[in-house]
Order: sequence, then structure tokens, then C-alpha cells
Amino acid sequence: MCLAVPVRIVSIAGDEAETEIAGVRRRVSIALTPEAKVGDYVLLHTGYAIGVVDEAEAEETLKLLQEIADLSEVH
Amino acid sequence: MKFIDEYQDSRLAKGLADQIARRSTRSIRLMEFCGGHTHAILRYGIRQLVPARVELRSGPGCPVCVTATADLDKAIALARLPGAIVTTFGDMMRVPGSASSLQQAKAEGADVRIVYSALDAIEMARANPEKEVIFVGIGFETTAPTIAASILKARREETTNFRVLSLNKLTPPVMKALLDSGEIQLDGIICPGHVSVVIGSAPYAFIPRDYGVACAISGFEPLDILLSVDRLVEQVEGGTPGVEIAYSRGVTADGNRKARELMDEVFEVGDANWRGIGIVPDSGLALREEYGRFDAEKAFPVSLQPPREPQGCRCGDVIRGTTTPSDCELFGKLCTPERPVGPCMVSSEGACAAYHQYGYPDISQGFESKT
Amino acid sequence: MGDSILLAHGSGGRLSHELVEKTLLPFVANQELNKLDDSAVFEASGRLAFTIDSYVVNPIFFPGGDIGRLAVCGTVNDLAMSGAGPLYLSLAAIIEEGFLLSELEQVMRSIKEAAQEAGVSIIAGDTKVVNRGQADKLFITTSGVGTVSPGVDIAGANARAGDKVLLSGTVGDHGIAVMSQREGLEFSMSLESDCAPLNGLVAGMLEISPRIHCLRDPTRGGLATTLNELARQSEVGIIVEEVTIPVRGEVRAACDLLGLDPLYVANEGKLVAVVDPGDADSVLAEMKRSNYGRDAAIIGEVTSEHPGKVMIRTRLGPSRILDMLSGELLPRIC
Repeated sequence: MCLAVPVRIVSIAGDEAETEIAGVRRRVSIALTPEAKVGDYVLLHTGYAIGVVDEAEAEETLKLLQEIADLSEVH
Repeated sequence: MKFIDEYQDSRLAKGLADQIARRSTRSIRLMEFCGGHTHAILRYGIRQLVPARVELRSGPGCPVCVTATADLDKAIALARLPGAIVTTFGDMMRVPGSASSLQQAKAEGADVRIVYSALDAIEMARANPEKEVIFVGIGFETTAPTIAASILKARREETTNFRVLSLNKLTPPVMKALLDSGEIQLDGIICPGHVSVVIGSAPYAFIPRDYGVACAISGFEPLDILLSVDRLVEQVEGGTPGVEIAYSRGVTADGNRKARELMDEVFEVGDANWRGIGIVPDSGLALREEYGRFDAEKAFPVSLQPPREPQGCRCGDVIRGTTTPSDCELFGKLCTPERPVGPCMVSSEGACAAYHQYGYPDISQGFESKT
Repeated sequence: MGDSILLAHGSGGRLSHELVEKTLLPFVANQELNKLDDSAVFEASGRLAFTIDSYVVNPIFFPGGDIGRLAVCGTVNDLAMSGAGPLYLSLAAIIEEGFLLSELEQVMRSIKEAAQEAGVSIIAGDTKVVNRGQADKLFITTSGVGTVSPGVDIAGANARAGDKVLLSGTVGDHGIAVMSQREGLEFSMSLESDCAPLNGLVAGMLEISPRIHCLRDPTRGGLATTLNELARQSEVGIIVEEVTIPVRGEVRAACDLLGLDPLYVANEGKLVAVVDPGDADSVLAEMKRSNYGRDAAIIGEVTSEHPGKVMIRTRLGPSRILDMLSGELLPRIC
């Protein structure tokens, strides 16, 4: 539910992080994702990172979708 | 934008659409719980990529739409208190209460301001120490932890003039209430992806287990939604309903423990009043006694007239999925985005607003592009 | 004079004259205005275009511009959208007591620069001062007059099936630049408002083709609203292709963060042109040669189907309705 946008962590200071998406910078709270590191992508919702994006899973999903599309074109 | 653009690819969409068409053999009904999904489905024309026999029906997942009129009346009454600043997410401004709206109260002189985060409200409190800043806390499990974290921050920083009107609600209990009501037959549910970032996948296990209804947790890009439809169609066609995570870059089975810890620290679960549904047991969050001084209702009890529901409004039916927006007699005629009768037409994630904005189902099939 | 505007500056007396002569006139001085007569008198012949607009933007200063630049460009552009060459502007300012003189000077400087760029003179002006709290810092109204060459017939009702729809550049820049300054948003980026005078761009386009049917600048309500207005006025359908609509990455990102759609966000330096299909490519090439049309693109076409409605073919493939803006552009969270 609700909008959450993937933004990249550029720097961290305490429980705040400076994040960036396509050149737009925003300070967010990482109080809910203390494990987040610089370079991670986090899902931003109402000023807070609510989760860290799993880049490996993202890759897997895209690979799966590519396979489905390839299969479909063969049909 | 990374993790967004790749999930809008038209070739991959066609691949999924073809796979869904091949898998689907009979009529099934899926509910997209979340208003964000309703909006995305219409915005991207997802119904044109999914066979007509796979019906998509919108559900109660719009925090603004399910806020009880009495609760909205409370927020409006608080806004009218001298020395109060009521802060709210933008969606709430135009929702009609019994006799007014937050926007109307603002026009009449109340101090009502739109914020993007509870953190903004805390800053406002610090900048205006002589005022009482009240934050209208709506949202599901995506938003509740952020409000909890904000309250903890306010406590740490000793900001005493920040209060929360706690109207947050929980997702699995209302799903159960819907399924228990038997009002609507569902084969599958597209589960809200960002709620699930927080709660994980376990809380939905009762749905396939007790009701035989399939679940797929979906992200909000069009490929995410198509993938979750594909997973649901496979589960239903195969008679193997379960809970699948179709948004694995965001959701883990265990969810976000830290977020749930903070929620649990600040909030306790109680019954909640859902517009159009009524009282749903154990579906709402109230501030624990320990955090009572942040509770706007405790600090400023207001007495209200009994709430009045707008005449002829069928938001309740739309929220419960028993009616589609275009089946409401008021839809597009007496109830429009400019002159909304109920919240479903106001909130940009409300089903009626989404259907109206995208002209569905009047022009449901689109036109061949010649460019 | 002290450093803020006083009520006395609006009373018509000595302080008023000082304000005009020391703070306002130096920036917009021209032969006619300098006379300080009650009216400006000028000659013009042929068809005239006449327009007026008020500017109440908040905040007054934003990345890439301010209320002054907006007040000149907005009115110049309204004239240009009728195919008129702008000649003269009049300018009225309502100033809140307490407004800083230094900020007023800054606004005047912007007005001067914008007027110079557009090649217009401000030949009539007025200032009033109101009590603190009775105006939000500064409101400006400008009216403008221009000449329309013989044979030029540009109107919202002129679109015909088969026409191409052209857009002069990226959308959403202005609204997002302004919003980035608003309280509580706290995001930063390099993006600036696109506020610009488009009369030069339009003059170039008109030289290339006499078959430009409509021109409109997508200000409040954004591109989507403007396309709907044209569709309704001309009683035609319009279909656009999402992937061809230029949107800066930063604008898309900011819109995602705010829960907005760039197609509904205001622009102050862009235009939509509806052009006969035979001339579309040459008009496009001319636009791209201009300073303010570098990112121009053909974004769609006019159709006889679904008259009065606009459709968009989404980047995903299917088409759906693109409605005009309903209510206010409020940010969403869910």
C-alpha cells in the first residue's frame, strides 16, 4: 500500500541519510532501516526508508521476465 | 530511474500478457486490495493486457476512503480549536465530513497544512511552540511505523506540542472481515507490496489456508502487477492457492522487524471503525498509555454530533468490492472529482476517482495509435 | 528611503513619487513611460491582440526566475499564442506593507531583463500598497497588446483531424522548481523553472508555415489540461504517445517523490502547436533551431475519433484516457 520510491543512499549521518534519485536529493530517516549502507537503494515512504531494495532479487525478476518474453516471441 | 523504469518495459509486458492468456482458461475474480494498485492498473491500461475473463475488482486499501466520517469530523473539530495547527497528508483535505471538510475549515480560517511526513509536523511544532500541532495519522502498516518512529523522535527531543490523531489501520484483519462477510466471491488477492515490506508474507497465510483464496504480493510498477496476476492465475488454475512474493526486490517473508518493533512500542491494537464496513475487530492502532501525551484525542476531547453519511453514497459498497464505481448511480453525475459526495471520489487512490480520471469503463479498450 | 515598503509609498504623495522614480522607473525606463502621463499613447494598425494576467506565485523567488520574470513572460506568451508580435505591456503591482525594497528591486531587475529579451516596453504602470496581511507580499498584473499579421489565424478551435501535435520541450519544470522551494519539501536539485518569452520561437515558426492551426502554452493544469482544452474547443480527438513526451529525469523523480504526474504540472516556457501534417516536420526543425525549442518533439496527432477527449498510448503499450486536471494538484502518499 502506498507510494514508496527507490532512492540511493549517498551518505549517512546517525539515523539520517542523504539520498538521491535521478539528480534529486532528499534527506530521509533510516530509523526503520538501521542496516542500510551507503550505496544501497531504499524504499522511501513519507520521509522514511521502510526497506532496503534487494538488487540481486531485482536482477532475478528481470531475468525471469526476459525469459517469459523470449518464450512468448517463439510462440 | 533505477528499479522503476525496467518494470515498465512494453516487450516484457507483452510477454507476461501472453503467458497469462495462455494460462487462463476460465472466469476468475481477483481483488487488488490497494488503491495504489487500482490507480496503476488504470493508468497503464493493464486490463487491456489481461483477458476479460480475469476480472480485477478494487478493494478497501485506500486509507483516506476508509477513514470513518466520525473520525474526519474529529479532525475538522480539532482544526477549529484556537491555537491548533492540523497537519495532514494532502489526500484528506477535500474529503467531505458530516458538514464540512478540512479544506473548507481552512477556507474559513482554520490553520490546516499539508505535510509529506510526520517529521514535517514535528518541525512545525518546534517552530511554533505556542501552538498545538496535530498530525492526522492515517495509513496502513506502511505508514504506521513512520508515525511510531516520529513519536519516539518527538519524545527524545522533548517536543511537547506535537500530537497525533491515531487513525492507522491494519491490513490482514480487514481482509479477513471481507472474506468472512461472504459478500464477494474472490479467487485471488493482489496484496499490497509496501505494507508487505513491513509485515512480510506470513500474515496472509490464513487466506489460502482458511478460505482457499490465492495471494500474490505485488509491487506497483506495471510489470509487478502483471507478474502478480500471472502468479495468481497459475495458483487458481492449478488449485494450489498460497502466498507468493511477486515483489521480491522489496518484500521478504519476514518483513521489516525493526519497523514492527517500533510500531509495537508505540501502538496497541484495538477495534477500528472502517467507513463502509463498520467496526472490524483488532484492526486499528491506538497510542499506548505510555505515549498518551501524544494522543490528540486525549489532549483535546471534542464532542461531536452523530456523523451523517452523504445521501446515496455507495463508497462502502465500492470499498467492500461488492460494487464497481460505475455501478453507483451518482458516479460521474452528482458525484465528480470537483463535487465529490464521498471519499472514494476524492482520494486520488480512491477507486471512484481512479475510474473517473481514466474514463473507465466508458472507453475501456483504447484506440490504435497512429503515431 | 528605509529598507521596506511603507503604506505611504502607495499614498500618491512624495514617497510614492520617490518609489516610482528611484526604484521602479530606472528598470523599465522608456520614452513613453518616462513622460509619467496618465496614459500611454501609441500608434498601431491592423489586427491587435490584447490580454491580461495576474501573478500571485508563492514563493516569489524560485530557481530560474521570480514573479517579475513570470509577469512579463506570461503575458508576452499569451500574445504569442494568438500569433501576435508583442508590443507593449502595462504593469500594476500591489505591494504588502513591509515588503523589502531590495526584493522589489530584484523583481524589477527581472522585469527589465525579461522585457528586454522579449523586445517589449512597459509603457504604463501602477503601484498600490496595502496593509500588512492584506496581500501575500507582492501581486502583479500585466496586460499586453500586440499585432497580428494579416493571414495569421491561430485559435483553439482550429485543430483538424490529421494535424500533428508538437510540444516545444520538457514538461513539469516550472511547477516542480516552484514546489521545491515550498515549506516542508526539502528536496534539492539543479532544476530551474523554464520561464521564458516564446515570441521569438513563435515568430520563427510562423515564418516557416502559415498552417499552424493552434498554439497554446500549457501553464496551470499542465500539458494534459491544455490538450483537453484544444480537443474540446476544436471538437476533435487527440492521441499522444507517452514515450515521445519529453520529461527531465529530475522532474520525473520529483514527481514520483511527491506523487504527482508531470503531465499536470505547470509550465511557463513551453508551447503546444497543432500543425498541418504536411508542415509538421519543417516546423519541428525550426523549433529545434530556437533557444527555447531545442527539445521539441512531435507527441501525437488529432483524430476525428473520440471528439473532445484526449487519449494517451502509455509506455507500456495500451492506450487510455488522459483527462484534464480535476481539483487541485495535491500530493499523494498512497
